[in-house]
Amino acid sequence: MCSVGFRGARFAGTSWGNYSSVAFLELTNVWQEYPDQVVLERLNLMLEAGEFCVVVGASGCGKSTFLRLLLGEERPSRGRVILDGKPLRDEPDAARGVVFQRYSVFPHLTALANVLVALEFKQAPLTARLFGRTRYAATKRAQAMLEAVGLGAAAARYPCELSGGMQQRLALAQALIAEPRVLLLDEPFGALDPGSRADMHVLVRDLWRRHGLTVVMVTHDLKEGFSLGTRLLVFDKVRHDPQAPNAYGSRVTYDLKLRTNPLTPMTHANRAAALRLASIVPGHAAPG
Amino acid sequence: MRKLINWRPAKGALAALGCAPFVLVLIAYMVASQARLEVNPNDKMLPAFASFSAAITRVAIEPDRRTGERLLWVDTAASLRRLGLAIAISAVIGLTLGMALGALPIAGASLSPLVAGVSLIPPLAILPILFIVVGLGELSKVVLICIGITPVITRDIEQRVREIPRELIVKAQTLGASTWQIMLRVVLPQALPRLVSALRLGLCSAWLFLIAAEAIAAESGLGYRIFLVRRYLAMDVILPYVLWITAVAYLTDYVLGWISRRAFRWHFLGQLQ
Ligand SMILES: Nc1ncnc2c1ncn2[C@@H]1O[C@H](COP(=O)(O)OP(=O)(O)O)[C@@H](O)[C@H]1O
Ligand SMILES: [Mg+2]
Repeated sequence: MCSVGFRGARFAGTSWGNYSSVAFLELTNVWQEYPDQVVLERLNLMLEAGEFCVVVGASGCGKSTFLRLLLGEERPSRGRVILDGKPLRDEPDAARGVVFQRYSVFPHLTALANVLVALEFKQAPLTARLFGRTRYAATKRAQAMLEAVGLGAAAARYPCELSGGMQQRLALAQALIAEPRVLLLDEPFGALDPGSRADMHVLVRDLWRRHGLTVVMVTHDLKEGFSLGTRLLVFDKVRHDPQAPNAYGSRVTYDLKLRTNPLTPMTHANRAAALRLASIVPGHAAPG
Repeated sequence: MRKLINWRPAKGALAALGCAPFVLVLIAYMVASQARLEVNPNDKMLPAFASFSAAITRVAIEPDRRTGERLLWVDTAASLRRLGLAIAISAVIGLTLGMALGALPIAGASLSPLVAGVSLIPPLAILPILFIVVGLGELSKVVLICIGITPVITRDIEQRVREIPRELIVKAQTLGASTWQIMLRVVLPQALPRLVSALRLGLCSAWLFLIAAEAIAAESGLGYRIFLVRRYLAMDVILPYVLWITAVAYLTDYVLGWISRRAFRWHFLGQLQ
């Protein structure tokens, strides 16, 4: 009886804490092992649709590996991943959008063409190019998407003529116009200066809300995680063998629900948890 | 006293410094030619400039007495036709094959060693085989050039395609692209600037193979002509021909470079950074 009531609360979308029964992305006992090292071990995770999940952890702890799993670039050595009720395809496809720290846009296309090409892939299987009226319609959509990320005036420029922040905005626009089920971000702001990073946070938060996105973002900046996410995962090794540092992989050591809406401040309890966490995860300042 | 490594020519002196060696070579030639002609007025080794202009008039302006053709232009047309055809064929094969080898792991695994092996064969060594198999006609010269430069172009394109960041290929897939679409919209445009630079480099060896093949068996062509008049020690024809070949080669290279800078602006913008 109790569990029924518990579920009802979940569907209403007011819940905190543990897991929902409408898992959107589900990892069951996932391991990632390479011949010379175990990177991830025993990952069990459920993500709801619409969550903004931030993954933090020390450098080299397997955050990018985790994202590559979700992307389908790599197959887990054990366990399974379910996206929206179906096993995850083991190659990248349009269900998952991605923005990397670098090399996320095509250098040989202008900003507009970079966004347009996503529509061309979808609508012209053979030529991958649109002509005439369909091209006109698609160009209008692409231009609108550029405006939405604040690049309306830079449509004709090549990526190398854009600043780092503008390139990442372009990468976001490009990923979003393909309408992915889940958006994966691998340290997307890692190479930006603090000013553009703050602008990007505002933009991403805004896009997340307006498009109802499900986001998994990797960062090594704990503060960024706290200010953006609805949920925070910390990856760390729990087992250590000093003789064989690669024998054990990372697990999820903390799984915090921060808020239902990134605009609301963190609850008192979460702020306390955050502060505690900041003191545990080495090399991080406390969240502001 | 500043170190030599910091000595920079002034702006105005730049052109003068560049021209000086050419002028010196010219003067040296004139002095040497004069000295030889004083000893023996019939000397053919270093002809005087008057002989050059007479020879140029003979081959380029006046029709040939036997055939009624202006030899220089006939030769140039014949050579450029062979060269152009061979370059076009090599470009198409090299680009297609290179893209497949670089982008498709299966193609790379099965064919890369073969291409690497073939590219090691000295093309001139198989010229006799070509003459036997395809005859002495136009085809043998075109095929020789193709065999000489296609493997190099292929490997160059393959290398370039492998350098495309993995992220871009993944990104295209997340935008819904198929293998074919990725080839068309991501791999091909990134390979094209490299194709042009590979062709520019390939042109050097293409000229080498062309002249070699023409020297051995042909009825016209720049290489054919200089090897023909060699029998008469006709330096007054050979030297202008050599300069002309150099000029044509330079012009081809310049045009390719110009086209490439215009067509692949993104590539050159990126290189600036
Ligand atoms: N394909 C691979 N083969 C072997 N080891 C790998 C491979 N990919 C990643 N690793 C290793 O996995 C570890 C985690 O890498 P990564 O996921 O990039 O870390 P992070 O993104 O958290 O900094 C690193 O030690 C790396 O060397
Ligand atoms: Mg990483």
